[in-house]
Parts: sequence; C-alpha cells; structure tokens
Amino acid sequence: MSDVLDLVGAVFLLLGALLALAAAIGLLRLPDVLSRMHAATKPQTAGLVLVVIGAALLLRTSVDTWMLVLVGAFQLITAPVTAHLVGRLAYRSGGVRPDLLHRDDLADREEDPAR
Amino acid sequence: MSAEVQRGWFTRRPRVLRVLWLTLVWVLLWGTFSWANLLGGLAVAIVVLALFPLPAVSTGGRLRPLALVRVFLDVARDLVVSSVQVAWQSVRPGPPIRSSIVAVEVSEDSELLMAMLVECLSLVPGSVVVEASAEERMLWAHVLGADDDAAVERFRAQVARLEADLLAVGLAQVRVEPTSSGRTEAGTDPLDDPEELLEDDEPDRLDGAVRTREADR
Repeated sequence: MSDVLDLVGAVFLLLGALLALAAAIGLLRLPDVLSRMHAATKPQTAGLVLVVIGAALLLRTSVDTWMLVLVGAFQLITAPVTAHLVGRLAYRSGGVRPDLLHRDDLADREEDPAR
Repeated sequence: MSAEVQRGWFTRRPRVLRVLWLTLVWVLLWGTFSWANLLGGLAVAIVVLALFPLPAVSTGGRLRPLALVRVFLDVARDLVVSSVQVAWQSVRPGPPIRSSIVAVEVSEDSELLMAMLVECLSLVPGSVVVEASAEERMLWAHVLGADDDAAVERFRAQVARLEADLLAVGLAQVRVEPTSSGRTEAGTDPLDDPEELLEDDEPDRLDGAVRTREADR
C-alpha cells in the first residue's frame, strides 16, 4: 500500500515539476507581458497544486498535510489577483503588442479622456 | 417562493463566517486539532477582525453546497486543461502566438459574482482579466491564442456557462424573486438603488425580505 502511495506521489511531483518548467519556458518565450501572465497563472498554479498533492501523498502525516492544503488554497486564491493586477498595469503602460492582437475591445474605451 | 428571498443563516452573518474561516486557517496552520488551538484561533480571529475590519460585501441568497462543489470540480478540470494548453503554447515552435482582448458583459449586478468570475476566468482556459468595471458590468479578458472570431465566440460561450454555474451557487443572487402573483416588488429590491449597496445595509435588506414575504400572503 505504501509503495503504491509513494509511486503515485512521485508521479504527481514529476507532473507538477513539468508544468512548472513549462510555465518558466512560457515566461521567457511568450511575446508580451499579457501573454506571459497566462504562463504565470495557469501551469504554475496547477503545477504547484500537483506538487502539493504529491508531497502530501509522500509525507502522509496530518500536521504537514493541512499546511500543504493551505499552501494550495492560497495559491488558487491569490494567483488570479496577481495576474489581474499585473495585466491591468501592463495594458495601460504598453506591455501588450498590438500587432499580435486579433481584436482589442479595450482600445476604444481607453481613449476615453474621463479615465 | 419566500424561501428564495429569505437568506441563509451564513449569508446573514458575514462576521461569524469570517471568524470561523480565520479560526480554521489557524487550526490548519498548527496542523493538529486541540481545544487550545481552537480557542486560541477564535481569540486571534476576533482580535484581527476588530483591528482590521473588512468592508461589507453585498452577499445575498443562500449557499447551495452541491452547486458549489460542481463549480469547484469544473474549475479544477478546466485548470488542468488550460495548464496543458498554455504549457504547449509556451513550448511549441513557430511564430509568436496571437491573442484577443474580448469584452464580456456580466448579466447580474453583483460585485461578489464579478469577483468570483474574475478569479475563475484567470484559471480557466485561455484568459486573464485585464480590466473590470462593476459600474458598467463589463469585463475585459485577454484570451491567449484567440486569433479568429470563432475562438472569440467560444470564449464568450464559456464565460456564459461559468457565470450560470456561479449563479447556481446562490450567493450572488441579491435580487428579490417575483412574488407568486408574478410581479416583482420594485421598491423592496436593494439593487434598485445603487447607493444602498455601498453601505452595510443588512437591516434594510432583511426588512425588504420580510416585506416581500408579507406581500406573499
């Protein structure tokens, strides 16, 4: 039984690490700040959650497990907030490449002098 | 009918909910349950909330746990899908990826619904919310890889589905349901007066619910 749990935990750790690696590559390779925020939120969050699950399966003691649950929960809650704030700032300060946008519904609105 | 108007125990007592949540975090941080941890957590939670009071949130309706579990599972599944998708878009060879910034209208006038939508949209396939306006009930999302109108439409459909799922949870429904005779009590809806939402209008809202129930009879 514990061998199976060890194996499953190891697989989760590995998958999580792979997603985190992809997120890191995405941060370097994607063309502008807004695109990079995608890499910083989705694969990064999922990768961390997978690592947390893997660690919980390997540790199997309740004291550490509850701490890991909190780590995962706060990551899920806070990552979108960061992405939103950075994305908002990036758009306003030219961190987006207009030539790579198929359509931009915000463009008309931003010209509004009231803002 | 009046069951829709009457709000659940928890949503009527946001402060109790906050204390319970902070206590839970405290106990989880210690990792073991003991009465000392529980009481210590309660004390810390009450002190924290007294020192740093949170603004009133316009919650309403009653929590439907099953719908909440469904949203949670849906978002978890979407998170896995979008992670693999973004991971592939990051490492694939070829020219730089094209995207779109798409405006989406939110159907319900609820700040809580909007906040939950923004949270979920940043985790589910392809989007990061760039701008949000509660007054205009609009969201603007950057959709990675949406390089044609079909992809934009797919994204809009996805947002509509997510919004319906979140509404099913029930917390964002502040609106007074139509009475049994089919008419809505216009004056009792706190959303008719946007100013009211800015204040902590708990007594008013309860009053409205009571009045509507009386009208039911």
